Amino acid sequence: MSERDSPELPDFSVLKRLARDQLIYLLEQLPGKKDLFIEADLMSPLDRIANVSTLKQHEVDKLYKVEYKPVVSTSDQLCFLIRPRIQTVKWVCDVVNADKAAGKFKRYKIIFTPQKFYACETVLEEQGIFGDVSTDEWAFYLLPLDEDIINLELPEFFRDNFLEGDQRWVRTGGSALHLFHSIYGPFSKVYGIGRCSKMVYESWREQVKEGEQKARQAEVGTVFLIDRDVDFVTPLCSQVVYEGLVDDIFRIKCGCVEFGPDVTSSDKSIKVMLNSQDKVFNEIRNEHFSNVFGFLSQKARNLQTAYDKRRGMDIKQMKTFVSEELKGLKQEHRLLSLHIGASESMMKKKTKQDFQELLKTEHSLLEGFEIRECISFIEEHINRQVSMIESLRLLCLLSLTENGESNQFSNNLNSAWPCQSYGVDHLLTFANLKQLGLLVEQQPGETLTVMESKMGKLVNDKTAGKLTDAFSSLAKKSNFRALSRRLSLVPKSDEEYDLRVPRDMAYIFSGAYIPLSCKLIEQVLERDGWTGLEEVTRLLNGHEFAVTGSNGADLRPQSDAQRIILVMFLGGCTFSEISALRFLGRERGYKFIVLTTAITNSARLIEAMLDNHV
Amino acid sequence: MMKSKADEEDYWNSSKFKAFTFDDEDDEFTKLKESRQAVNSICGLVEEEEDEDEVEKVSWSGEPVGSISWSVRETASSLREQSFPKIDTTPSLPKNSSGYSLSSLFKGKEGEREMMDCADYVSDWSPEETVHRMQQGKAVSLEKFRSLQEKLLLLDEAVGVHDGNVITAVLIYLKKSLSKEVLFRELESRQTALRHFIHYLTESKEQRLLLELYRALGRTEDEALLQYKEHLRITDENKRRDFLKSCVSLPFSPEDAGHVQDHYTLLERQIIIEAETGGKVEIFQKFPRRASILNMPLITTLYYCCFYHYAETEGTYSSPANIRQTFRIAEKQYFVTALAARAKLKAWHDVDALFTSRNWLGFTRKKSPLSFSRVADILSKNNAPVQVLQEYVGLVDDVELRVALAQKYKCHFIVISTYRDLKDRQLLLGYRGKVERGSEEERKIDELLSNPQIRWKN
Repeated sequence: MSERDSPELPDFSVLKRLARDQLIYLLEQLPGKKDLFIEADLMSPLDRIANVSTLKQHEVDKLYKVEYKPVVSTSDQLCFLIRPRIQTVKWVCDVVNADKAAGKFKRYKIIFTPQKFYACETVLEEQGIFGDVSTDEWAFYLLPLDEDIINLELPEFFRDNFLEGDQRWVRTGGSALHLFHSIYGPFSKVYGIGRCSKMVYESWREQVKEGEQKARQAEVGTVFLIDRDVDFVTPLCSQVVYEGLVDDIFRIKCGCVEFGPDVTSSDKSIKVMLNSQDKVFNEIRNEHFSNVFGFLSQKARNLQTAYDKRRGMDIKQMKTFVSEELKGLKQEHRLLSLHIGASESMMKKKTKQDFQELLKTEHSLLEGFEIRECISFIEEHINRQVSMIESLRLLCLLSLTENGESNQFSNNLNSAWPCQSYGVDHLLTFANLKQLGLLVEQQPGETLTVMESKMGKLVNDKTAGKLTDAFSSLAKKSNFRALSRRLSLVPKSDEEYDLRVPRDMAYIFSGAYIPLSCKLIEQVLERDGWTGLEEVTRLLNGHEFAVTGSNGADLRPQSDAQRIILVMFLGGCTFSEISALRFLGRERGYKFIVLTTAITNSARLIEAMLDNHV
Repeated sequence: MMKSKADEEDYWNSSKFKAFTFDDEDDEFTKLKESRQAVNSICGLVEEEEDEDEVEKVSWSGEPVGSISWSVRETASSLREQSFPKIDTTPSLPKNSSGYSLSSLFKGKEGEREMMDCADYVSDWSPEETVHRMQQGKAVSLEKFRSLQEKLLLLDEAVGVHDGNVITAVLIYLKKSLSKEVLFRELESRQTALRHFIHYLTESKEQRLLLELYRALGRTEDEALLQYKEHLRITDENKRRDFLKSCVSLPFSPEDAGHVQDHYTLLERQIIIEAETGGKVEIFQKFPRRASILNMPLITTLYYCCFYHYAETEGTYSSPANIRQTFRIAEKQYFVTALAARAKLKAWHDVDALFTSRNWLGFTRKKSPLSFSRVADILSKNNAPVQVLQEYVGLVDDVELRVALAQKYKCHFIVISTYRDLKDRQLLLGYRGKVERGSEEERKIDELLSNPQIRWKN
């Protein structure tokens, strides 16, 4: 397909300003000097939208991190900026009750973000301080991380929704979408797949119905909602595109990464913002890691040449050079050495852990090839007590791609050996992985058919059908192999794949696999709906939808707004998926905006399931 | 999970706000002024609109206020009609149709909202209206839902709108106003509500009630796991051991029951082993322990015993053989661990003995449950000398792999003898350039190359 000019992305800086203004307003609701306690995981998001002088301007005296310890503040006004979590609210209650017992009288305010929950207010009530503490909501839903990434910064969305079955964040998702819609909409098309996506869509629709909407020119016209549990395989794979790899190894936090001494080749660490503002990073972030070295060294040579121009310059030329070019060169120099350092450090780490062999195993699993070898690789990982997260990740990948059928090779793999190597405490972790469907214990296929046929004899057809549905959702079959065939997710391995000139989204996994999530998006956009994908949606357990709005929204498919597509990932997305979408956008003349509840990767996904702690 | 991350900004020390670094450098004073203006305009709005109904319009989740660029309302032409169709979100719906017709667009219940806002009496609100108000964060009173039927209608309504916050709120009310037996019974047929309730009890740490709930539902395995989890709170190892002992009889799945039994046995064993760290034993002085063995996984314990108690007879609790037998450790697993421990100590003799077996004629040979390439890998990671390494590299069956490993670990004689076995003169010649000049390896190559007995294939 021929490349088209991609449309311009809307400006998201307004979202930051909005969030800041709201926070200021809330701070002013507690006039006078006050100390501010901030929940640890809200600090980075706050960093992105405000700074100390903003807070000082509004009479914040001292800043503290919420640490679940007694408070040392001497201020007579305390403000708590927290997530709506029972544990945190209980701590606030302790603080207030301790003050009361000591005969201190202070004013307290809790600002919940992005919203408050009844369960939290119940805690205040139960602890006898309802009324002593005023509460507010800071509707800080959308944090732009980059020109095409907006983050809700709610990593717990994943576990709460998919593991615990708690729908507390559904409305939050709807509200986030609503906020986006009211600024950049109106949307004219919404596609989606997944139970949570449907609920979020409904919540959003209700909120649109309740509110008012100005007639305006849409900047973003198409939306795609997708649940993380539609595709667990993709986030469980090792990332090999630069940005994803940096995230896997150094953990990018809220768009910022901390490079240690091994990268900076000095004795201190530095924090670096990774986004499109960083010119060097912007050129390599979506590249397969194997291309990055070549690119960086070419860049370094160019830089050298640019510096070398100085030689033989006269004073006047030198003056122009210094005033016009030198600063840029120095900046580029700094960035280059940083990313070269990071690449070297990543190479070292990966060589040490036999990355090549690990990737080979992953690719075999995706391809369904040499499974026995894969299993012994995983087995050895476990036996040698190599990183637990890594072992669990591979086990889940095996279970998902083989749909639990690998058990015929080894029935000690799914808990006995991991328990021996990593501790029996992980029984609870295993229960979680099974509950989520990441680990399947026995062949559900057989068990189900037996159940169904038994049931089928007892009840009439209609009920039997319902039962089948219920069972299939229970078993959470992954059907990966069938999906992979139907959507051609695994390119033929006998063909050479040139990673420098990627031909499809598979390049983000070294040409071994096209991410299922992104492939679905591609297919639905291409078909303008789910028509022709019936078998695929059946294999994904349904819950797909495609709806069209009216209201004079711009429906011409060629218009810019229609070619800017908001993809909302419920439960998180990886940098690799974002890279794949950017690639798809370049190929098809779209621009994708990713709205995600959090940036995830395999380690975060598995860590969210760990339950070996109090 | 997120709060106590070790990688959290540690420079962010309480009250030392000077360390508060922000990345946005373009946050200048002008923007601050804009913010101030924006805030002022909000204050105006809020003061005017005190009553609940109006406040809704300035709620930030809805109409965005505060930002100058688009808080201007005059151009607002209200589009109140419902523009997107409702979709069915009932749980068991795998095969719903995808394309929605535009005719379904106007199913909205327009009058309802007005009616509800006018209602003066709290008691007039239907479950539907009540839930709707709760979703918007407005004040409601649930006290009027007194009959069981009303309570359940309210709950079902909350579940129907998929708002977990409201579902939990209703559940908290039901928990206060219904007996446990009735509540549990009703939750059994309401899976979504049940999961919310379980999560709420988990988060608010109402352990006892949660256990009762599981029991009432006959979910014995969940009950057992939850009880077992309690051991994590017990820090004293003896108390923890006793607690684990009491867990053994809980109704786990057969598989888990075995694990929990092992857990108890292991901790019991670890307490004994921990007591044997007497300072007089040489190995503990030579290699001081970095941590206690208590609460470590089984394999770590085995490694520890292979490290500190290798020579002990099978009768002692700390002997590796005893551990291996008690916990039915697979042969391969045992070998990997013992190898790693002895290699770490550079006890090459033990390594040799580990893989040596005698056949009935008294000949010794090397046998291993894990591949010799792995053995070599583990040895090399422990900096084994070439003499030790080459013995195992030489045992790798696959010729290509053997040569590759031999080159990687610089076991030149293995490379040389493999090339000789392959009768590949060219490769051998090529390799001559890679070994040190004047070395024994070079002499060996020269000797082979000049050996007239070998029939080279090239």
